[in-house]
Amino acid sequence: MAALQRLQPVRRVAVSGGTHGNEMSGIYLVKHWLREPSALQRDSFSATPFLTNPLAIERCVRYVGRDLNRTFTKQFLNSKAARDEPYEVQRAREINHLYGPKGSAEAFDFLFELHNTTANVGACLIASAQDNLLPMHMCHFIQTHCTPGYYPILLYNLPDQETYSISSVAKHGLAFELGPQPQGVLRADLFTQMGALMACALDFIDLFNKGTTFPAFEMEAYRFIGSVDYPRHPDGELCAAVHSKLQDKDFLPLRPGDPIFQTFSGEEILYQGHTTIYPVFINEAAYYEKKIAFNKTEKCSLSIPALQRE
Amino acid sequence: MTSCSVVLEAPVRRVAIFGGTHGNELSGVFLVKHWQKNGAEIQRSGLQVTPFITNPRAVKKCTRYIDCDLNRVFDPDNLGRKVMEDIPYEVRKAQEINNLFGPKGSDVAYDLIFDLHNTTSNMGGTLILENSRNDFIIQMFHYIKVKLILNKLLHIYFYMLLKDCIPVQGLNYTDSWAKHPVGVEVGPQPQGVLRADILDKMRKIIKHGLDFIYLSFLGEEFPPCTIEVYRIIEKVDYPRNKNDEIIAIIHPCLQDQDWQPLNKGDPIFLTCDGETIAYEGDSTVYPTFVNEAAYYEKKQAFMKTVKLKLTHALSPAS
Ligand SMILES: [Zn+2]
Ligand SMILES: [Zn+2]
Repeated sequence: MAALQRLQPVRRVAVSGGTHGNEMSGIYLVKHWLREPSALQRDSFSATPFLTNPLAIERCVRYVGRDLNRTFTKQFLNSKAARDEPYEVQRAREINHLYGPKGSAEAFDFLFELHNTTANVGACLIASAQDNLLPMHMCHFIQTHCTPGYYPILLYNLPDQETYSISSVAKHGLAFELGPQPQGVLRADLFTQMGALMACALDFIDLFNKGTTFPAFEMEAYRFIGSVDYPRHPDGELCAAVHSKLQDKDFLPLRPGDPIFQTFSGEEILYQGHTTIYPVFINEAAYYEKKIAFNKTEKCSLSIPALQRE
Repeated sequence: MTSCSVVLEAPVRRVAIFGGTHGNELSGVFLVKHWQKNGAEIQRSGLQVTPFITNPRAVKKCTRYIDCDLNRVFDPDNLGRKVMEDIPYEVRKAQEINNLFGPKGSDVAYDLIFDLHNTTSNMGGTLILENSRNDFIIQMFHYIKVKLILNKLLHIYFYMLLKDCIPVQGLNYTDSWAKHPVGVEVGPQPQGVLRADILDKMRKIIKHGLDFIYLSFLGEEFPPCTIEVYRIIEKVDYPRNKNDEIIAIIHPCLQDQDWQPLNKGDPIFLTCDGETIAYEGDSTVYPTFVNEAAYYEKKQAFMKTVKLKLTHALSPAS
């Protein structure tokens, strides 16, 4: 059994909404908190809300020049300003300056990302990898303390892959991904749920800062292992839709031989893999251009050691 | 004294099916593209059925429109504009469509146009009727509905536009200049997403619609029928602050409740602070297009409709 781990208290916390400008829950929550910041205040700290991609929000599009949430890598963060660069590259440097620099001691302690998806993922908690203990304990706290709901945990980083999302700018981070919600639509149920998640996560940080010991635990998580594209015609056009038996079945087992697509002529296409996987982000609107019909994950059990502040 | 004269019209023979009038409504986009590659299922002998992508650039970008909403520019002013470099893409496109399938109001215009749309609202399959006196379409709606019920497939809802009493101008939709314009609106489906179940519903509506046109073309007579329709009476905007920002969301009790009765005192909005705003009208209305993504910019949270019945006593082929 791993020994109790100790981490520095968490003082500087930021909450980002509108990293994708058509994901409305986070945009409207952050706008609300900018007017009424008391909901983000706790005894030991106050979280700073900010809108990540104002130009995309104004136009109600995912991004203007390129996907901002794939832009927090060394290549872009260390680039020199250029006249013809995408708006998001400039914005990523700005955010890195304000809440980073990424990987430095001056970086914010914690950064939350608020997202929506058109896929039926429930209230998904996305962390980069299990070795970052603070977010893992936060996920566990949410699962055990937040209003009853489905809170699957997704670990998105492949081994040895550079992190690229906005929360990677801070020392610790976590993304809330709520769905299904269409782009450009604000649903009250998801808005309320995201607010409740945020409140619960901030309560956790406050308890941590006050010296609470969080015991070791076992947890189940889904680890990203790859993605599957749509079947296409030679000219690149889709020739099939996600099968109605797979649609909305995020985080449920997909076995070899199960149907995954149906062509417009009515044929079924079956899953050809050799092992059971757990598909997520099934039929996400923003992933058509990324050539992703769904992501593949494997289910794993994690042992997380106990945690207390230094 | 009034005399009732039945005008004998030529049968409906030339039919167009429009997809991608809004480029991010994917059911129509993919059905039309599929039928352009393989159109056997929409062909009926003696009829001319033409599938057509109306806004190809918006389809390519997967966005509702490029410069302006194509579905709002089919008015005489826009159709008459001189083609110059700087006219909006959709106005140029509208002129092109008018040349191919119109011209609006002329004898050579297509007889019937299906214009395929999706909505993020929970509207099921909706057929949009622009004219309460169009007996052919009333019969067609009735035929489709009976077929769908027989096949236990879906509930089909109907509504009419408010402007149906105002003659001619005012109706500037993509299909409005055909003799028989039929909007097909199926939801809920997010923009930029293609759902197999929604695609299937739309496909069946078109199949039965074409079957009806074919039977009429062959001279089949249809008995008198009555259909239930919803007439739009008013659009309702979101509550906003002084800066025009939305300050309340569709209430969970109204979300997804398209076509369900809304009575005085029922919740309609929830403010960001958690306060409920109730419906204050005195009469029961039936909301539709509840929380449609594309209508935020049109300042429309939902539409109020009233329910009424339309009766058609004569067979269209008589
Ligand atoms: Zn996002
Ligand atoms: Zn549309």
